[in-house]
Amino acid sequence: MVWNKHDYDDIPGTYVFDGETAHASYNINKMLFTFNTEDCRDEFEADPAAYCDKFGVEGDFKECVIQKDFLRMLRLGCNIYFMAKMAIPRGTSVQDCGAAMQGITTEEFQAKLLENRIGLEEKLDKVGGYWNG
Amino acid sequence: MAKIIGGLTTSHIPAVGNAIENNLQQEPYWKRFFDGYEPAKEWLKEANPDMIVVVYNDHGLNFFLDKMPTFALGCADIYHNADEGWGLKPQAPFPGDAQFSWHVAESLIEQEFDICTCQEMLVDHGFVNPIRALYGTLEEWPIKTLPVAVNVVQHPVPTAARCLKLGRALGKAIESYPEDMRVVIFGTGGLSHQLQGERAGLINVDFDIECMEKIATEPEWFTQFSNAEIMRKAGTEGIETIMWMVMRGALQDDAKIIHKHYHAPISNTGAGVLVLEN
Repeated sequence: MVWNKHDYDDIPGTYVFDGETAHASYNINKMLFTFNTEDCRDEFEADPAAYCDKFGVEGDFKECVIQKDFLRMLRLGCNIYFMAKMAIPRGTSVQDCGAAMQGITTEEFQAKLLENRIGLEEKLDKVGGYWNG
Repeated sequence: MAKIIGGLTTSHIPAVGNAIENNLQQEPYWKRFFDGYEPAKEWLKEANPDMIVVVYNDHGLNFFLDKMPTFALGCADIYHNADEGWGLKPQAPFPGDAQFSWHVAESLIEQEFDICTCQEMLVDHGFVNPIRALYGTLEEWPIKTLPVAVNVVQHPVPTAARCLKLGRALGKAIESYPEDMRVVIFGTGGLSHQLQGERAGLINVDFDIECMEKIATEPEWFTQFSNAEIMRKAGTEGIETIMWMVMRGALQDDAKIIHKHYHAPISNTGAGVLVLEN
């Protein structure tokens, strides 16, 4: 009984959502998937702990759901797209989580992204054939 | 007979839908991104397709992890959108064409692509935003649609080489449909981005541009990379670029480049628009 190793395991700062991760976080992702439906969201809101119990979400997973600790949910192996169904309506964006993972503010995170914009037109001109405004 | 007029690529990220919803296209952050769609929109108007085949991935609206098809095909006369759990305004339902879908399913399976057929399929932002970026937000869509979903969410996901082969089979499937139909294929998602982990925010502009150049002219080039290599260069979510290969494979090898547009960043991503014509 052993999980396969993968060529992507050593990519720094990167957690690939694969069978091993998906297996360990199945129950919490299943619960988060139900948030696609309004009735389920309402039922969760009314009693988060009971809703976790219904899906077998326990231990650290249950604790971070109740504390709305989205970053920890990701670190425990929640899938980002399923996690977003809980985080976004509660005012935490995917960028907020990305920033928190690096210990910087969301503004700093966005500023880093904007660095990719520097010299873009020149680069595209050099390659040639691009629409360039 | 059905004919593939051409194909295009586009990002499908949620922020694009939000920008359209809030009419931000001419705001400084968005202007260059959306202005670069104008030539693609003009081409599409000229191409006048009856059918848009959208190659995209679901992000946990239609497919849960209990059953995760590597490739799935919509086989319905209508596809509904939903709020995705985060309060998005659902878009008007998208017309499908079950007869065309089942022809494509039969042909693909005949060609040994054992695709999952779906008679009900909710379509999420991955499908909806490309159509909105090109057509705007409409109450009635002027085209029929065929959703082709590729798993890029839960690894193992298919290789770029497999996606290119699927595209070639899809091209044969479409062009063997007996009814006259003008078809355009959208390859959506990408380019480089990573949403999670300490490496979140990664964008690789040089690799993105190289991908656009090569996928347009020499798509086999992209098949040299394993999925691990693609993620190392383009981020975990950058793996979505494999979906461009499905579109590219369905076109002729010598498809003509009509338009190239690249912008970064849009939200967390490098965004590429390629328009190719058969």
